[in-house]
Amino acid sequence: MDTFLQQIINGLTAGSVYAVVALGYTMVYGIIQLINFAHGEVVMIGAMVAFTVINALVPYGLPPLSIVLIGTACAIPVCMLVGYAMERLAYRPLRQAPRLAPLITAIGVSIVLQHLALLVWSRNILAFPQIIPSRSYLVGGAAITTVQIAILAICFGMMVALAIVVYRTPLGTAMRATAQNPQVAGLMGVDINRVIAATFLIGAALGAVAGVLYGTYYGIAQYTMGSILGLKAFSAAVLGGIGNIPGAMLGGVLLGIVEALGAGYIGDLTNLCSYEALASRIADCQGGGNFVLFGSNYQDVFAFIVLILVLVLRPSGLLGERVGERA
Amino acid sequence: MKNTRLAATLLAAAVALIGCSKESPSVKIGHVGPLTGGIAHLGKDNENGARLAVEEANNGGIKINGKDVKFTLVAEDDQADPKVGTTVAQKLVDAKVVGVVGHLNSGTSIPASPIYNQAGIPVISGSATNPKLTEQGFKNQFRVVGRDDQQGPAIASYLATEKKPKVVAVIDDATAYGEGIANEVEKTLKAANVKVLPREKGTDKTTDWKAVLTKLRGENPDAVFYGGMDATGGPLLKQGRELGMKAVFSFGDGACTEKMKELAGDAAEGLLCSQAGIPVQAASKKFLDAYKKRFNQDPILYSPFTYDAANLLIEAMKKADSTDPKTYLPALQRISYDGATGHIQFDDKGDRKDAEMTIFTMKGGKIEPIAVIKSGKTLPYEEFLKTAK
Repeated sequence: MDTFLQQIINGLTAGSVYAVVALGYTMVYGIIQLINFAHGEVVMIGAMVAFTVINALVPYGLPPLSIVLIGTACAIPVCMLVGYAMERLAYRPLRQAPRLAPLITAIGVSIVLQHLALLVWSRNILAFPQIIPSRSYLVGGAAITTVQIAILAICFGMMVALAIVVYRTPLGTAMRATAQNPQVAGLMGVDINRVIAATFLIGAALGAVAGVLYGTYYGIAQYTMGSILGLKAFSAAVLGGIGNIPGAMLGGVLLGIVEALGAGYIGDLTNLCSYEALASRIADCQGGGNFVLFGSNYQDVFAFIVLILVLVLRPSGLLGERVGERA
Repeated sequence: MKNTRLAATLLAAAVALIGCSKESPSVKIGHVGPLTGGIAHLGKDNENGARLAVEEANNGGIKINGKDVKFTLVAEDDQADPKVGTTVAQKLVDAKVVGVVGHLNSGTSIPASPIYNQAGIPVISGSATNPKLTEQGFKNQFRVVGRDDQQGPAIASYLATEKKPKVVAVIDDATAYGEGIANEVEKTLKAANVKVLPREKGTDKTTDWKAVLTKLRGENPDAVFYGGMDATGGPLLKQGRELGMKAVFSFGDGACTEKMKELAGDAAEGLLCSQAGIPVQAASKKFLDAYKKRFNQDPILYSPFTYDAANLLIEAMKKADSTDPKTYLPALQRISYDGATGHIQFDDKGDRKDAEMTIFTMKGGKIEPIAVIKSGKTLPYEEFLKTAK
């Protein structure tokens, strides 16, 4: 039981980070139907900037928490700048182009950002300074660390804040209006360019925080970290229904849990020796041996199995695509 | 008309180029290791070792077959990726290198080895420890480090006799190296009547080990062995401690670096790990000083071995008085050489005879050698130093 609970806690933590990253994908898609594949790279840059700032500040002996906060505070504007530049330089000129053009551009932007990061931060794996003392608390036999609690609190806090912005403020109303019909929204006096830029800025800011959380949680950052994280978050967005903000939150958390449980139990489930009918026929099983078909190294595959299943069984995602509203 | 003139110009240029290269005969030695990716620091360290050997040889002035010879090191990046490894191997063969030092990883060395074999170019790895590398019957394949089937048993028997665990969990990163050493550890532990849990696996890019570790925690192992590199081993160790695991964490040479301290923080304290060969700091003083002077940093892991590997190639060429791979290969097979890592001789397979294995522990943020295992005997490190010097 404590193993199961622990897997859920692990999954929730990873999943809430996926959810925050997924929001960046889904918001942009909801508003301009573009899958911004470079969003994962924005997250990576957030982690890298925070790494540099934190490393530079450690020798001054400030309290650890304030160092991390300063690091995050530096990462957010940098990522927002990257997000804005990306929209202004790469996507806006292509807004009227066929949908394939901005999609390919997004992949290009992602490669460019990755290699810029490579130039600035080198190819090495950067070890995040372990300055926040990680204390573990036992909850029903499962350990939860202070960092995990902080990640859960920050992620859910940001999700609530985003929901308030989108559903309760004039900017949010303008965003939703633009998502439904940009032409009409423009006629109603909404400055579409400003709203789209704001969407990119908010997504990038969320991404920056996610990057810092990811970095401090796993203790490492590398210039390639954005691609797999981005792909998983994208899967999460599709799982929840791309373009749908609550869907991205749900999708992210679910994906994290599916991944943790999958990795935790696939080895047992595919251990052929645990099935009596088969065990007698497999030589490896004799004398308490094991014959495991899929080990936990298939962990990363779960995100994509989920993606495929969703696309086959429920193409519009769990909570449905937002674009449906346009009709 | 225009075309013939162009052709004439090109021909003239080609003749001029050939003329140039004849004036300063340069013999190319290849080096391959990952210069990008998670273990780029180790790849660079290996390259530095080979570079130092080549530079020293050039400074000393070498005459082969009556001619002055200048060596050039052609350093390539295989990204620790088997596919890139074979491409790079072909590139070196096409560039007509006369010998290769590398590759760093077993996973890249093994697929690259048939390419070198076909071209008849001698290859000496300073760090690939997977047994399979020298089991393919290739006469041109050598290594100056020990093998995983010596390293695995060494760390496993040290673990079994010194820490006396009842249950051990074995994890690997699903690479040729990680799986190979994990298999050897498992075999030795089972032979010592230690219960080994079903194998868990990650990949060489895994950052989230929590699912695997949570599952293992339920089985309450006394020790964990991980076959993989420091880039994945660091997070594994950190996350294990975060989950409240009290087990002894032990690693192979891939995760036997100071970087573990950075990657795992305080959790790294007390880890056990092994390296095939003698510890870096036990390499000859001459090498350590020269390396520090040339690269302005201390050698990290296997550079003494790549240094020896490059020197062995050069030494064999001197002995055979030829830079032709076919002519100097027999001299390399028979070589008896005192290098920075001690005395080197090869057996029939191309493995180093009587290779040492060293056990380390992390103490105060530094990995410190605690024991050396040579031909089945375990010696405390201090005693080994006394007998070696």
